Amino acid sequence: MKLRVLLLALALAAPGCATTGSDERDPLEGVNRGVLAFNDAVDENLLQPAARLYRNVTPRPLRDMVRNFFNNIDDLFIGANNLLQGKPEDAVNDWLRFAFNTTFGLLGIHDWASDMGLEKHNEDFGQTLARWGMGDGIYLVLPLLGPSTLRDTAALPVEWAVDPVTQHSRVDERNAMFATRLVGRRADLLAASRTLEEAALDRYVFLRESFLQRRRSMIYDGKPPRERPPAE
Amino acid sequence: MQLFFACALALAASAAHAQLTPPDELVKKVMLEIQRVIVQDKDLQGGDRSKTLRLIEEKALPHFNHVGMTALAVGVHWRKATPEQKQRLAEEFRALLMRTYASSLSAFGEQKLEFRPLRIKAEDTDVTVQVRVLQSGSQPVSVDYDMEKTARGWKCYDVRVAGISLVVNYRTEFANIVRDKGIDGLISALEAKNKSLDTAPAGGGK
Repeated sequence: MKLRVLLLALALAAPGCATTGSDERDPLEGVNRGVLAFNDAVDENLLQPAARLYRNVTPRPLRDMVRNFFNNIDDLFIGANNLLQGKPEDAVNDWLRFAFNTTFGLLGIHDWASDMGLEKHNEDFGQTLARWGMGDGIYLVLPLLGPSTLRDTAALPVEWAVDPVTQHSRVDERNAMFATRLVGRRADLLAASRTLEEAALDRYVFLRESFLQRRRSMIYDGKPPRERPPAE
Repeated sequence: MQLFFACALALAASAAHAQLTPPDELVKKVMLEIQRVIVQDKDLQGGDRSKTLRLIEEKALPHFNHVGMTALAVGVHWRKATPEQKQRLAEEFRALLMRTYASSLSAFGEQKLEFRPLRIKAEDTDVTVQVRVLQSGSQPVSVDYDMEKTARGWKCYDVRVAGISLVVNYRTEFANIVRDKGIDGLISALEAKNKSLDTAPAGGGK
């Protein structure tokens, strides 16, 4: 009881936490809010202007090709994760996609595999760890990288180690590819981030809830067991 | 006599049943109708706000149970609200969802939709209708409509986009505000949000 009062007092005293400090998944909320504010500033002043410029100066077919190119590279590791998660059929699907799109799809700029019914999946090492039984851990907002969980953060070094873009040996090419991929992906999200601005009463909470729900859905490949409303 | 009544009732029931459009067909019909309207209307593609809101109000909203949706989002505090508070909450939440929906609708005209057939039994009263938005090079985005059977047809009480439930998302936000400022605080927060969205520049580009 005493501890709870103390924690409550701490939560109330923490700066910028007027409506916070209650969520057990998010004990670092005060810090996370600070990091989100920093990320938002970077996004607003650097990334968003770059993404808007990119969207305005490139024709849409070109943007599709750029997106396809990078998404095709991802299919290799997505297949590996599916294999690690005990889904060999999905892994074969992903690698067939990669083989087909890299050759007939001209280094992946065309996603013809999708048109043939080889569906794109979405896997990463964080999801694999989750399938192996690791829980989310606490919610984190990482500098520059955004929302994450402790588990997904632990998976990052593996992600980077196998990412052909970050591992590319020529530094100038690597940086150019990295920047293009980043700006392209931000451009794809311009509409979504506007919806977020509009829908949220408290942007931080809305983003956190969206992220955690999205991750849960991804871990269960879009079919998470139904959650009942919490009975208080 | 009794037999007559039983037959009459059964007939009436089956007639009512026949009128009820199955949930998956209903979703498909409504979505394709909205898409058709957008494709034919340059103003809607350009993001004309009042026109978009009118379209949603006319075509989509009749199929939502917005009171039920609000009750789910407000959660445990719903029981403590007075009837007037409930009504205000439902109105403001409905307005907010409409505005949010409106901002993402302009691009809807050109999206490729895939409707999943639903296996439904006659006694089912609560189903999930699955739609997928296909996009080249990316994983399809799933849109799941949770629907319940009511006397006035199937009504939607939650939408999950890419696995993100609107109701669940708002539940935490609402709970925080109610804890700090009470139900009336939540009503005024929703009111203020809706006002700020109405005064924002058309198209929403920041």
